[in-house]
Amino acid sequence: MSRFIATRRLASNIFVSKSATRTFCNDAPSKLNDVPHGSQFNKELEDEQGFTNDIPQYDIAIVGGGMVGMALACSLASMPLTKQLSIAIIDSNPALTNGSSIKKDDPPDPRVSTVTPATISLFKGIGAWQYVEQHRHAYFDRMQVWDYTGFGYTRYNARDADKDVLGCVVENKVLHKSLLSCLQNKDFKKTIYPTRLSSMSLPTRSSVSAAGASQSKSLANLAKLELSDGTNLYAKLVVGADGSKSHVRELAGIKTTGWNYSQSAVICTVEHSAENFCAWQRFLPAGPIALLPIGDNFSNIVWTMSPKEASNHKIMSEDDFVKAVNHALDFGYGPHPESQVFGSGVLSSFFRPDVTSSANEGFELPPKVVKVASQRMAFPLSLMHANQYASKRVVLIGDAAHTVHPLAGQGVNMGYGDAASLSNVIADGVAVGSDIGEVTLLKKYEADRKTANITMMAVLDGFQKAYSVDFGPLNILRAAAFNGANVFAPLKKNIISYASGERRLPFLS
Amino acid sequence: MSRTMFTRSLYQLQNLSRSNGLSLHSSSTNFKHAVLAAFQPLLHSRPYANNPQPAASASSVDQAELAKFAAIAESWWDAEGPFKPLHVMNPTRLTFIRSTLCRHFGKDPFSARPFEGLKFIDVGCGGGILSEPLARMGASVTGIDAVEKNIKIAQVHADLDPVASSIEYRCTTAENLVEEQMKFDAVIALEVIEHVANPDGFCKSLSALTKPHGATIISTINRSMRAYATAIVAAEYILHWLPKGTHQWSSFLTPEELVLTLQRASISVEEMAGFAYDPLTGQWSLTDDISVNFIAFGIKNSE
Repeated sequence: MSRFIATRRLASNIFVSKSATRTFCNDAPSKLNDVPHGSQFNKELEDEQGFTNDIPQYDIAIVGGGMVGMALACSLASMPLTKQLSIAIIDSNPALTNGSSIKKDDPPDPRVSTVTPATISLFKGIGAWQYVEQHRHAYFDRMQVWDYTGFGYTRYNARDADKDVLGCVVENKVLHKSLLSCLQNKDFKKTIYPTRLSSMSLPTRSSVSAAGASQSKSLANLAKLELSDGTNLYAKLVVGADGSKSHVRELAGIKTTGWNYSQSAVICTVEHSAENFCAWQRFLPAGPIALLPIGDNFSNIVWTMSPKEASNHKIMSEDDFVKAVNHALDFGYGPHPESQVFGSGVLSSFFRPDVTSSANEGFELPPKVVKVASQRMAFPLSLMHANQYASKRVVLIGDAAHTVHPLAGQGVNMGYGDAASLSNVIADGVAVGSDIGEVTLLKKYEADRKTANITMMAVLDGFQKAYSVDFGPLNILRAAAFNGANVFAPLKKNIISYASGERRLPFLS
Repeated sequence: MSRTMFTRSLYQLQNLSRSNGLSLHSSSTNFKHAVLAAFQPLLHSRPYANNPQPAASASSVDQAELAKFAAIAESWWDAEGPFKPLHVMNPTRLTFIRSTLCRHFGKDPFSARPFEGLKFIDVGCGGGILSEPLARMGASVTGIDAVEKNIKIAQVHADLDPVASSIEYRCTTAENLVEEQMKFDAVIALEVIEHVANPDGFCKSLSALTKPHGATIISTINRSMRAYATAIVAAEYILHWLPKGTHQWSSFLTPEELVLTLQRASISVEEMAGFAYDPLTGQWSLTDDISVNFIAFGIKNSE
């Protein structure tokens, strides 16, 4: 009986608060601005049904506070239109909350990323690059690519494309810490939840119409996240930045396409006797080995090989590993290419105006590795692409949307491109008063990034397949490609500018 | 028409109308008159801007037009339904509104809620696709529409977002609000004037609702050959973006007519822009080309 009376009282309260809005336009707004709509109703609900409604609400919930998730947060914090948004970052990584700093003489971590000039300018734009430069980082302006057949090689120099650097190699923990410091120094409403996402419920037409009173209707229109420590929160937009095994993507029901490469990558930090200023990559029959400078006398090895070989290389002794690496970079598997110094013969008179300066540099051997400086890690490689990047109130960025082969160092750069594009799209949405979780707005981000990402993935996958076959005519074709890219300036400039992130599609300006 | 051509003809018209002689010299308008004369028997008999009607009609509502909209009211918020073109065009219209009103009221264009403290009215709000973004930009919005169904749908949808639920929706006409002596900082009537029976009276009502030195924004479709080809033939018959019969070419206003009508209602048009559709990207953009869809921003003369 009392419950019946209680519900009738509630019902009359609803009508009271609604009829308050039926007054003249002159009075209504001021009344409503003083009292947030529905809060009076809220208290009634609490008292009558012992039910609390103060679950926090955020504009954006970023699930995954890794490099790409933090880049998105930083980017939103740096733009005037979006810096008033409230953000929740959900990641159980203790590095986000323990406030530790990276010491100068910490040994270099084997997990590094090659950051392209496009990403460097993104970082500079959001004010995070200054933090990266305070730690170990290595710009490089030269690169040499060759293969085991010895038929050809290509040397790239940043000056070929009128640039200063081809890229910068930075440890992932440095990138992450820099973004975190940048974010913390900004006046921005962010809350870090050091836990994992356990489940998520997204609004559907039926769930919204089924919700009863207006307060719960507006909550039913938001995404509700349940975290593993029992906290709940509501968000207008959920960003899945939680890596290749994205839980957000799974919960949103977004399917993926892709395949596993039957390869694993072994990564390790090694030391030389002198500093290394060039990036080296040699394609071997089982996969490429890359030697990237990371500063001081250290370099990073990324060696792709079959999974069985990968576990062998992981457990063999350090001396054996050093020998294997030097062998792979030197005479292992095949001869050195002949140095092609341009300037002799009939051909040179045809091509003289188009020859790049680096075509005159001869083939060089990479510096010898002296010792191993970190533990060796191995992880399997695969290609993955989500079929959609966005659905109602959910969007994917970074590895959650796509993973690629590391052979060109593009993976995380694609992720940073996603973060930049999404933050611009959100800013455009806020400027015209859109609901930021609307699919039409998020599809603009998808249209922008999907073409660029799929093209890059196709190019990389093409390379991976082209180099995994040891077949005479194909070897010669590859050699021709090497020599062609080495000699023809427009082609080399095009390759450098595409790999630097300056253009979205190769060969089209 | 390019912007310079438009400005020149605008000045010409303003001068001419002040001298009270409506002999239009430009050959393009003569051609237009000739074409209209040829089609006269086929057109609805309705007052044009150059034959001003006495503003005696109480309402500018056209019942036949209302019935058209009542029929598809349920699908207002279906972004893939019959109102899809409006949803796709919406951000572009809002960009124009945001930039002109921020400049007019001296608000910070980089603020997320620049219209705090301002009162706007969305005349012919339909399902509220313009009212909700304006409310999110901080304005106190009143939305009115003559179709009861539209108002109901607008209210239901607005309740889904706490910011939008502050919008005041009423099923009424601009004329009724004039009688209630309501005044707003900005009066916005997008894609409405081509559906009213008496555009002259409608503009006078809009003007009466605007505070002195307040803003009035009207968007509509130009009565040009190109608009016939794109907005009617292409949009209604070929691409099926709009139901057949949504627009009557004879109800369209040319920019010059709109400017003169507003001028008679004490509103001087300061800025105009057009919307262009790029079929490759499927996006609308603001342009100087006012030959099809155009939007006008005017300021009410201070009394």
